[in-house]
Amino acid sequence: MMVFRGFRFKRAYTWMHRMDPRIKLLLSCSFCLVFLYTELVPLILTLAIQIAMVLSVHISHEWLGTLKGGGLFAVLIFVMNLITGSTVSFAIAMVLRFLVLISAFSMFFLTTRPDDLGAALEKMRVPYEYSFMFTTAVRYVPVLATEALTIVDAQRSRGLEMDKGNIMKRVRNFTPVLIPLLVNSIRRSLEMAEAMEARAWGATKKRTSLSVPKLKRVDFISSAVICITVIFAVYARLYLPIPTVELIPWFHIKIL
Amino acid sequence: MIEVNDIHYTYPTGVTVLNGVSIKVGYGEFLAVMGENGAGKTTLVKHFNGLLKPSQGEILVDGVATTKASVAQLSRKIGLVFQNPDHQFFCETVEEEIAFGLRNFGFSEEAIKEKIDFALNLLDLGDYRKTSPFMLSGGEKKRLALATVLTWDPTVLILDEPTVGQDYSQKEKLRQFILKLNSEGKTVIIVTHDIEFVAECNPRVVILSHGRIIADGPAKKVLTNFDQVKEASLVPPQMTQVFLKLTDMGFTADTIDVNEAKDKIMDYLQRSPK
Repeated sequence: MMVFRGFRFKRAYTWMHRMDPRIKLLLSCSFCLVFLYTELVPLILTLAIQIAMVLSVHISHEWLGTLKGGGLFAVLIFVMNLITGSTVSFAIAMVLRFLVLISAFSMFFLTTRPDDLGAALEKMRVPYEYSFMFTTAVRYVPVLATEALTIVDAQRSRGLEMDKGNIMKRVRNFTPVLIPLLVNSIRRSLEMAEAMEARAWGATKKRTSLSVPKLKRVDFISSAVICITVIFAVYARLYLPIPTVELIPWFHIKIL
Repeated sequence: MIEVNDIHYTYPTGVTVLNGVSIKVGYGEFLAVMGENGAGKTTLVKHFNGLLKPSQGEILVDGVATTKASVAQLSRKIGLVFQNPDHQFFCETVEEEIAFGLRNFGFSEEAIKEKIDFALNLLDLGDYRKTSPFMLSGGEKKRLALATVLTWDPTVLILDEPTVGQDYSQKEKLRQFILKLNSEGKTVIIVTHDIEFVAECNPRVVILSHGRIIADGPAKKVLTNFDQVKEASLVPPQMTQVFLKLTDMGFTADTIDVNEAKDKIMDYLQRSPK
């Protein structure tokens, strides 16, 4: 469940918390540029920058939880790349790409209040229905996580042993947990829709907000830094030689 | 016998819920665990079948520490029925839902068939054998949740908030049912806020408050102790309240049972001159 905590807002007062959610979204999305690179050096550099950011805003505990949660998937990526004939360095690079991506979005959600996110989306002309849908989904993640734990407890009390049997059996063991979770989620969303309508949701076409996000100095500086970095990353890819490192170059297996 | 020795429990989030709880529950007992919201009632009973392991202290079930046994092994002996039935149904039919636990515990298909019939009859669900559990009413779901556990005949039956959302006649049926099970020798533990229900059942009562046991004894003694009951954000049974208001007429506020109250009042009326 640590994975969920890594995507849940944690109150603090740092430069990243103060940053405008739109610029922060730009920052997180700019990390997607790691898709331009398959070399180890730039990827390690990116992850190092992220680690420095995480340390400076006191979210390292939750962030580590996210990485741990993604651990199984990372191993899967590594193994799949190896057995389909990639080099060790390439497989590690793919894992790094994945880690950079999940930690970019973990950073975003850890430092952005769901309400601010909604306000920012609205400011970006996203229709309110959609921004509301998004922020509600984000807000319900912890609720779902707690509910999943209760369901697991209830089924274990009926003799279900989650970590017993071969792989197929273990996958099947999730059915008694996933079905009640799904059914309850659907039921809850219907109830929520009714409750919202009872409170006149959508009665006014034009909504006004109590607080409107405004760009501050930190936002202008950050967006400038982000733009320069993005331009440099693209330029470097096109025109500069990227140093390559080959780890265990003789190691090569191909199964699939 | 369940023996709880000075257990403390802190959730991974850092919230401490149990602060040194010790209690012994013998076989054949009928126990009600009461207390305010967040007092640790559910946390305590989740320790009985090993879902939670104490941070400090130990729990012995028939002399074996719960840390040494799996949840499945303990659940075979100690059946825990959760508060919300919607947290456990996933099968297509009521019958399948009952069979789930039995299959997990390795009963033969023949025995399973027999036990399903038994559980359906016992809880008056016979007409719904092939119905989807999701189509049942609130009260029927509660009964099915009870049936899914009762079917493997655990020695101890724990019911978490069995009376929530039930109308009076359902509650009365449930009360009769619990008393019948208990008289047949089953240990029954109920976790509840419903003081009137407990007063009518008249079991042994344990009151938890802020992770500690503040009272333990027969219902008649515990529930008529106003200070203790208030400390746990509960209100004494209405019968007790009536008698408290009549103390200047010579009554004592130690009655929880309706029939006993009636006898006392009749007695008073017959004694007093017209």
